[in-house]
Amino acid sequence: MEEKLVVESLSPMERSVLPKLGGEFLGIEDVLDKTGLDKTTVLRAVGFLENKGLVEVESSKKKVVILGILGINYLKKELPERILLNKLTNNKTIPIGEIKNVCGLNDNEARIALGTLKKKALVDIKQGKLSLNARPDEMASKMIEEIFMEKLPMDFDEIVDLDKLAFENLRGRKDIVEIEEQKTMKVRLTDLGRKIAGMDLDENLLEALTPKILKQNTWKGKKFRRYDLTSPVPRVYGGKRHFVNQAIDYAKSIWLEMGFKEMSGNMVETGFWVFDSLFTAQDHPVREMQDTFYLKGLNGKIPEREKKKVECVLSNVQKAHEGGVDGSKGWQYSWNEEDAKKVLLRTHTTCLSARKLIEIGKTGEFPAKYFAIGKCFRNETVDWSHGFEFNQTEGIVVDENANFRQLLGYLKQFFGKMGYDKLRIRPAYFAYTEPSLEIDVWHPVHKKWLELGGAGMFRPEVTIPMFGKHIPVLAWGPGFDRIITQFFGINDLRELNKNDLNKLRETKFWRSQN
Amino acid sequence: MTILTLNRKELEKRIGKITAELEKRITDMGTPIEEVTSSEVSVEVFPNRPDLLSMGNFARAVNQFNGKGKVASFKINKPEKNYDVIIDKSVKAVRPRTVCAIIKRMKFNEEKIREIVDMQEKLHNSLGRKRRKLAIGIYPLDKIALPIRFVGRKPEEIKFQPLESAKEMTGRQILRGHPTGREYAHLLEEADVFPIFIDAEDEILSMPPIINSKKTGRIDDSTKDIFVECSGHNLAYLKKCLNIIVANLSEMGGKVYAMNIRDGKDGNFISPDMSAEELNFDIKDIEKTLGIELKEKDVKSYLARMGINAKSIGGRGVGVSGGRKMVAEIPAYRTDILHWIDLSEEIAIAYGYDNFVPEIPSISTIAYENPVDKMKRTIGNILAGLGLLETSSFHLTTKKNIKKMHYDFNDFIEVEESKTERDVLRMDMLTNLLQIASENSDASYPQKTFEMGRVFSRCENTEGRRVGGRRVGGDGRGNTHYLLPTAECRGERGVGCSETGVLEEERLAICLIDESVNFTELKQVLDYLFKMLDVEYSIEAVENSNYIIGRCGKIIVDGRNVGFIGEIAPRVLKNWKIKMPAVALEIEMGFL
Repeated sequence: MEEKLVVESLSPMERSVLPKLGGEFLGIEDVLDKTGLDKTTVLRAVGFLENKGLVEVESSKKKVVILGILGINYLKKELPERILLNKLTNNKTIPIGEIKNVCGLNDNEARIALGTLKKKALVDIKQGKLSLNARPDEMASKMIEEIFMEKLPMDFDEIVDLDKLAFENLRGRKDIVEIEEQKTMKVRLTDLGRKIAGMDLDENLLEALTPKILKQNTWKGKKFRRYDLTSPVPRVYGGKRHFVNQAIDYAKSIWLEMGFKEMSGNMVETGFWVFDSLFTAQDHPVREMQDTFYLKGLNGKIPEREKKKVECVLSNVQKAHEGGVDGSKGWQYSWNEEDAKKVLLRTHTTCLSARKLIEIGKTGEFPAKYFAIGKCFRNETVDWSHGFEFNQTEGIVVDENANFRQLLGYLKQFFGKMGYDKLRIRPAYFAYTEPSLEIDVWHPVHKKWLELGGAGMFRPEVTIPMFGKHIPVLAWGPGFDRIITQFFGINDLRELNKNDLNKLRETKFWRSQN
Repeated sequence: MTILTLNRKELEKRIGKITAELEKRITDMGTPIEEVTSSEVSVEVFPNRPDLLSMGNFARAVNQFNGKGKVASFKINKPEKNYDVIIDKSVKAVRPRTVCAIIKRMKFNEEKIREIVDMQEKLHNSLGRKRRKLAIGIYPLDKIALPIRFVGRKPEEIKFQPLESAKEMTGRQILRGHPTGREYAHLLEEADVFPIFIDAEDEILSMPPIINSKKTGRIDDSTKDIFVECSGHNLAYLKKCLNIIVANLSEMGGKVYAMNIRDGKDGNFISPDMSAEELNFDIKDIEKTLGIELKEKDVKSYLARMGINAKSIGGRGVGVSGGRKMVAEIPAYRTDILHWIDLSEEIAIAYGYDNFVPEIPSISTIAYENPVDKMKRTIGNILAGLGLLETSSFHLTTKKNIKKMHYDFNDFIEVEESKTERDVLRMDMLTNLLQIASENSDASYPQKTFEMGRVFSRCENTEGRRVGGRRVGGDGRGNTHYLLPTAECRGERGVGCSETGVLEEERLAICLIDESVNFTELKQVLDYLFKMLDVEYSIEAVENSNYIIGRCGKIIVDGRNVGFIGEIAPRVLKNWKIKMPAVALEIEMGFL
């Protein structure tokens, strides 16, 4: 029964090849002769038959001497030396300088023709003139080179005696003979192959189903050839979104599922929104040029100072810094408005939250939950775990009843859905949150805890200038890139923006983690 | 990030054997362990806790956290005769403030001196903001004649032999010729007078914030009593810094003596003042912040673990409603307790971050996704469906890269002192795709890529540079064109350029590269994309030397030029060393 299935799975070319094979090894050239098929077809058929266990293949490499381009030409016409010899028979003498004209050869051929005949002592040169010095029988018989060329192709190892000499002579001349490395293949039937070959292969199976077959119903009562479903197929690559964007889309869907609204805003910001509104002292190291990208020659606008107005954001921020918001000591220095006007590339997406707080403060529309996933910039040298551009996932929850445990709740939910069931939470410090925490995950390749970034509750020095009173705000801003590298098997953050097309084509799709 | 590295043996004498459990405790305290070797223990200290940057102070905190030590109290002895520091008005213009103390009966050895130098350096770099905000000097008292004066003097009149120098130098010479002087020269350079501490025999002790004198400014094994000063601008910070040092020296066994600081018209005071500051708080606020219930005695014990005493206000038999108010005594060395909210974190740390049970509150909010991001996803899906591969490039690039196509573009938005070669913001998206093509000549063709993202341009003169409702830049002779964003097409993104002078716009670029790629192939893509998005458009031929002449068009939607499409000029391909023909388009996404 199994043999029957094998027969049904034979393609027409296998069917043609199989009966021509036997129990003894047969060279592939012989198979070509016997089947009358072209080499590609025979090789494919043999490959398929081998997969099915019907034939055994033995391949080896050998050197074969074949004719070069000129060689093929000369064999069709005549070698230059033969042309010269024939001309000499007719003309008796030819001046050396006239050889190429008389024989219709180029410089090189003329030189070689003369040299070869001299070497064979078939000619004489007297006073610059060439004459014949050969016996008629020498003239009539073929030269060893001619004999050799007619025999080609020949196995390199089988070339001996005069052929060897001829080969050496011709080898020095360009493009007449070449040595080619040829794969040779021998093939014979296996036991199963012998059995199958002995069966009736003329099954009259249908190959492809065609519209014609469908229309004429000729498929009825017939069988289709069975395919070898296990044989490998050529690869295809589809178009797709960048893997980081796939992951960002997924992470966004998590926040959206939890009822968060998306924030967006500029990447170029003033120091006011990136630092000052977030209670980051003006002499804090993060504001130095070696950490933050400031834009040359730009000075931004910050909220206007409204006289007499209590809710003036600028004055309130200044007051928070200098001391005096809700009994806070502040930073006890004199706050400089000009510093807040510097234009820079945002170092975190928390500036979006700061702007959003002002808006919520005005509308009074809370409880409110907001998120953002966006690019941030730090003036860093680049290594496997640092880049000058990185993505951050930002979030705030503004709610009269928000507390620290809820902060942990949201983070645990998010990271769980991103595939991290176990994370480490420990105390941390950020100028604008209190209490603060740091989230770490374990990096299995580099064998160390990786800081994903921070979270906390906005300080009263941040919230009061925005709201006029302290409303609890849960806030977080972990780095996003390090969250997704493990899934993609990336150990080096530089890979994220490398755009190696071969790698992008191979990179797997982001999949839901939980 | 400040890493405190301590001698393991010395530390173990104070806090006990370092076990895995103790390592965890130390991390839980808010000082994550970086490394433990057989000889050293390294921990990370956050910038809000400069008071932990020394052996004595750190060990005290660990012991308190483990319930082993009492809340610290410090005995300050009254100033003895001549324990005076006189601040001369000549120093007011350059470095107006100093606070000082004398510590006696110190027992120094090589290890302890190393500890102190390390503490001094760490405080300089953190609290002192690399000596800009404050600088610390420590001197052997036996080499000094009290009282001490803090005066300003012309740099050329200052002459002494600084540490690490073989000869006497003037103030100016130190800034130019002394290694430490050169490092901190920027802090004094522009002053007319330099500050110096000088003793009763006119011997210069030091020139803060640069360097001490070799003669009077180096402690060694034989030193018993020391004079400590902190100088700078902000008295509050100076006091805190001195308190941290005094607390640590006191942990090392020193006896602290106060000094009289005589500050002329600004008044006299006694330094150091190690008395705790009182801070009122309400347990109810802490409970609300942390989401846990707390008894008064819990609060007391948690705060004690953080080195803080607390007691209830009123005390006696108050009812549930009134008994929740407490007062905390903040140790004089703590710099980070600005507000009662800071106490909530102290309590949370003592309670243990691990012990908080996460909770999701039941508040109802409606989600919202930014329409631009929705549009990007739609476009991404359409183009991926056509077999195109999305790439993701940096926003920062190089002038050289931009000029490979836009050779006449010069209006770069540059960042200051970039640590990488990328130092300008990108002005288009196509540059990215061409760079990718150039770097991927070994990847199989066809290469069909697209990218969406922000581009940046200046906008101080938005009105003047609009061409037909669209700003188009070029070489002024009409030979090259590139899109520049307009304020009106910004749509939903961003908050306007008026605040920063930089306009941001979302763009889409597509590039097809193959042996036989042509305009038609890309126009098919554009056609399909716009058909799917229900956008009507037309193409208007334009001469643009970035593209092959006769094969470049403006993309017009609603009468506005929203982009360019064409076969890239051989000049541009050559610049990028791209060996195949390329067709590309770039459009703004604001109208979609």
